[in-house]
Amino acid sequence: MAALLPSLRNSSRNTMAQPLVEIKNLVKSYTRGDQKVPVLHNITLDIARGDFIALMGPSGSGKSTLLNLIAGIDKPDAGVLRIDGEDITQLAEGELADWRASNIGFIFQFYNLMPVLNAFENVELPLQLTNLSRAERRARVEMTLAMVGLADRMEHYPNELSGGQQQRVAIARAIVSDPTILVCDEPTGDLDKQSASDVLAMLKQLNEQMNKTIIMVTHDAHAAEAAKRIVLLEKGELIGEPA
Amino acid sequence: MFYLKLIFKNVFRAKLRSSLTITGLVIAIMAFGLLQTVVDAWFAGANASSSSRLVTRNAISLVFPMPISYRERMKAIPGVKAVTVSNWFGGVYKEPKNFFPQFAVDQENFFDLYPEFILPADQLIAFKRDRQGAIVGRKLAEQFDWKIGDTVPIRGTIFPGTWQFRIRGIFDGKDSTTITRQFYFQWDYINEWMKKNLARRADQIGIFLIEVSDPSRSADIARAVDAEFKNSLAETLTETEKAFNLNFVSQMESIVMAIRIVSFVVIFIIMAVVANVMAMTARERLAEYATIKALGFSPGFVALLVVGEALTLSLIGAAIGILITLPIAAGFAASPAGAMFAVFNVSNDTILLQIACALTVGIVASLVPAWRSANMQIVDGLRHVG
Repeated sequence: MAALLPSLRNSSRNTMAQPLVEIKNLVKSYTRGDQKVPVLHNITLDIARGDFIALMGPSGSGKSTLLNLIAGIDKPDAGVLRIDGEDITQLAEGELADWRASNIGFIFQFYNLMPVLNAFENVELPLQLTNLSRAERRARVEMTLAMVGLADRMEHYPNELSGGQQQRVAIARAIVSDPTILVCDEPTGDLDKQSASDVLAMLKQLNEQMNKTIIMVTHDAHAAEAAKRIVLLEKGELIGEPA
Repeated sequence: MFYLKLIFKNVFRAKLRSSLTITGLVIAIMAFGLLQTVVDAWFAGANASSSSRLVTRNAISLVFPMPISYRERMKAIPGVKAVTVSNWFGGVYKEPKNFFPQFAVDQENFFDLYPEFILPADQLIAFKRDRQGAIVGRKLAEQFDWKIGDTVPIRGTIFPGTWQFRIRGIFDGKDSTTITRQFYFQWDYINEWMKKNLARRADQIGIFLIEVSDPSRSADIARAVDAEFKNSLAETLTETEKAFNLNFVSQMESIVMAIRIVSFVVIFIIMAVVANVMAMTARERLAEYATIKALGFSPGFVALLVVGEALTLSLIGAAIGILITLPIAAGFAASPAGAMFAVFNVSNDTILLQIACALTVGIVASLVPAWRSANMQIVDGLRHVG
């Protein structure tokens, strides 16, 4: 896999020794009406480059909120959140959008594909924000779809694909722009057992062969087994890692 | 390119909804265009007026005539190039519903003052030679299927009896704005009859038409004409041909205003409909817009997607609406109901106004949903199930 997809980035900012994700005393709360509801309390966590981490915990524990903060689609109330040496809490909205485009690949529980675009066009979506030519984009998308085993489904629309195939299109979309981190929110939550296994195998492969750093939120203990590390959250606090 | 592709795919995503919205837009834009054309038709006479022509009538009212002898005194006023006469006849051709304007005119020079009426020279000569001759406009001739040589009986309402006219010529307009629904015949024809049968009404004329040598001096010349006949038995009122024609329109100003208001109400209603459609559409696609933003697209891109979709819907509706306005207007103009308007053409200004209305509908209707979609929090949008 690694040999197939050429990198789009020039060089990494930090050395392998430094953590890719540095989280210190991260605090987040939401306002519900007049009330402020705390969601994350002083979270401190380091994630190394090339790690595959599963965030687990009961509903409302704050795992998806933590994932959203790391992905740069939400902002913390306080604390430090540094990714590849860059404090993303200090980025303006537009800068954050650019940062996400080049650093984060998203895989959602319900795939979140554009229903009016076919598999090829969905995967091409993140590349519309790059300077690649049409031919370069085409080559890259075809290569990525081939990697996830959907070379023969490029012209199919999401409603013509099974759940597992849609999630594979979503994975292709997540990796096509060669992001630093893949954030996966319950990536197997809507899949049957076989499709879930296929998706997890693919994520493992991306982690091991392409050295992609993966942060995955899951309820499923079987899915979490695919990760190298499991981090448990409860009531907005990090309660450590299972033995 | 990608942006346009995404917009077009989104526009035709909910086919039934899009079709119904476009149908509404088509009807609204067409209705707007037709109502504007009705307003234009009302002003057609005034708009077709020449700045080099003045109209002189009796100062008391148009229904009171003036002595034909005024003509020679008018000719002597500096700045007056030519003077001709015209008299409303007000006759009925077969039935009152066949209304068209008939004028008794001076056959010798009336058409010299109206270069916008294109009339072959031999037809004009034939008209001048025949006391019962008549010249008719092309549209009028087509409406009643008249040909040169046909005899047309018209029953007089102001001038008693049934009058027989022979069509000696058919004139065309120099362009589509020229009215060609008039019927002209020799004033001498009725004046000779008057001399024999109603001598006290002979040698009287409804209006004088004055051609001025310098249109920029029209006001001074008009004042000079009226001064010439001050304190006479029939004082005059002279004004530009446009002002004269607008006097007739102003009598129905409230109707014209009502039509104008209705035409804009139609646009306002369709704007509300499109705004509702766009609000529903944007709400259903919150998760998609959130995904697009998560992938790194800017809030502005999302806003443009919503505005672009509304604009595309509006412009498709406008294009079809304009295309069907033209044949419907032509069909109406050719129908008996359309005969009440001298000119019923969809003007370029009306088409531009239709396009402007469509653009306004598209932009205004999408502003709020575009702003909301662009400014929603990504995490809120991702939680949304459409």
